[in-house]
Amino acid sequence: MRYLVMVKATKASEAGEMPTAQELSTMGAFNQTLIRDGVFLDGGGLLPTSKSSRISYSNGKPVVMDGPFTETKELVAGFWILQGRSKEEIIERLSQCPFSRCEEIEIRQLFEEADFAGIQ
Amino acid sequence: MKFISVYTYDPSAQSGPPDPKMPEKMGALIAELTASGQMLDTGGIAPTGVSVRVQKNSGKTTVTDGPFTESKEVVGGFALFNVQSKDEVIALTQRFLDLTGAGTCQLHELAEM
Amino acid sequence: MSTARTSGDVIEAVWGIESPRLIAGLARVVRDVGVAEELAQDAFVSALEQWPGEGIPNKPGAWLMSVAKRRAIDRFRREETAERKLGEFTSTAFEPDFSERIDGIDDDLLRLMFVACHPVLSLEARLALTLRLLGGLSTSEIARAFLISEPTVAQRIVRAKRTLSEARVPFEVPDAAARAERLASVLEVLYLIFNEGYSATSGNDVLRPELCQEATRLGRVVAEMLPHECEVHGLVALMEIQASRTRARIGPAGEHVLLLDQDRSRWDQPRIRRGLAALQRAEECEGPLGKYTLQAAIAACHARARVADDTDWERIAALYDALAQLAPSPVVELNRAVAIGLAFGPAAGLELVDGLLNEPSLKRYHLLPSVRGDLLEKLQRFSEASAEFERAAELAGNARDRDLLKLRAARCRF
Repeated sequence: MRYLVMVKATKASEAGEMPTAQELSTMGAFNQTLIRDGVFLDGGGLLPTSKSSRISYSNGKPVVMDGPFTETKELVAGFWILQGRSKEEIIERLSQCPFSRCEEIEIRQLFEEADFAGIQ
Repeated sequence: MKFISVYTYDPSAQSGPPDPKMPEKMGALIAELTASGQMLDTGGIAPTGVSVRVQKNSGKTTVTDGPFTESKEVVGGFALFNVQSKDEVIALTQRFLDLTGAGTCQLHELAEM
Repeated sequence: MSTARTSGDVIEAVWGIESPRLIAGLARVVRDVGVAEELAQDAFVSALEQWPGEGIPNKPGAWLMSVAKRRAIDRFRREETAERKLGEFTSTAFEPDFSERIDGIDDDLLRLMFVACHPVLSLEARLALTLRLLGGLSTSEIARAFLISEPTVAQRIVRAKRTLSEARVPFEVPDAAARAERLASVLEVLYLIFNEGYSATSGNDVLRPELCQEATRLGRVVAEMLPHECEVHGLVALMEIQASRTRARIGPAGEHVLLLDQDRSRWDQPRIRRGLAALQRAEECEGPLGKYTLQAAIAACHARARVADDTDWERIAALYDALAQLAPSPVVELNRAVAIGLAFGPAAGLELVDGLLNEPSLKRYHLLPSVRGDLLEKLQRFSEASAEFERAAELAGNARDRDLLKLRAARCRF
């Protein structure tokens, strides 16, 4: 299965505080363990939402809003796409995440081919 | 520039029956954007029941199972884009939303490493 | 609601993550894969006993390793004592050096991979051992994957470990001379695991499609350890691109849909992209392309075509020419004939197909007359085409294929 892992934003990440060289290095080492185990499919750190946009659609009309956005807990500062045999495996791997800013991580399972069998 | 788009929608705000040709059109759009190199990855997200929050506080890890009731918005999918400008990714995202007919895409720019 | 992070599922997940490197590291010191696995299992049992009460340690791998090492030292001391009592103690007895740091580094994992796929083992044994030691799958998971009983799997693994022990297979990476052949064995095992999952027609058991993912993952692991081996990247590419078609392969009535008839909007594009990236890595490696890379390149030609008509048949024909030289087989020849027919005209294709008519292994293969019929039809030799489609219908494995072929036969007769 594939999983989307989102690292939630914090006041620090929204303030544009960049990770230190040391933090980047330990995060790089952590990512390398995911690559080494063949489970890393994608990943990246995200800029604060002052650089992001939101597009909403309703009644056929798109509305574009530029950040920053205020509901920090719902915002994302980093992500991975990982392959895993179970959500427990993903949780276990992410609990080794060294980044001191990894305060809250949300893990979502992605649809797999078999799930679409019923949708024609 | 790379962007991740996180798509959410409000399941109670369904307006009209779903378009039966939607999966095919979506597949065609994904194929087109992948072939052009603008789309790097995408996926549908299973309903909240299989999402988990992992919180680390002073080295201690706590795990909370979904569903989460803070927002009535459901995370439906994501896409990873490789584009020349923010305007470009906004335009591509609008094509995606044209197909779904409803919902919100939050676009985050990836930090260059 | 908080999940207790000590449930059986969580500990199983830790085992799946940590066990391959744990076993690999132990195997290097005790020089016996079977003993290494037993020691690792002992550590796992301790974890099941202690972690529910104490919580999962911050570094679970290190915890398991230290427990396993203690067990190993105890075990060795007991054996030493027993041998001394029996007067069998000799100075040439092997003494593992437990002061060595056991990191479970990549080299050890590579050694484990080569040993699990050693040619002295039967193919079935290699499959089971690889999934067990490198995949961290349980006996029951392996049994479900291959649709055999758990005792059968358990037996295979026990016998495999004994064979390795008896044959004194060394725990090492093969030297340059043996490397190519031994690597070919590893890749063969991984591709077999993949195909076991891929050929599962019904989605009844989710583990079987997961086999494709596990095989691909192990392929990536080997690619990371051997980044200069082009065939490893080629195999990963082949598996990713093949798996990308999973949703399009089965039609609404459960029938197999041929590649050229598949709904391409159902192809998994992110997988294709990963496959093409792996193929690029393979092509950037030194040396001629191997059979997996060639097959991946052929699969990539199809993957790049938005519709069947866009397919670059000349390129595919050229790739099949190379594959036919490298890894010839009647099925490869038949596929080559199809590609040449589409690239250079049905007469060229027919010439090649006619050369296969006496091939014994294709005598009961319905695609041979089916392909011949298709080429004859394009050449407007309708009565011959019709006869071929009838022959193909007789040989066809399932009712729907038979019906379709009979329909084609009828159309040729107007």
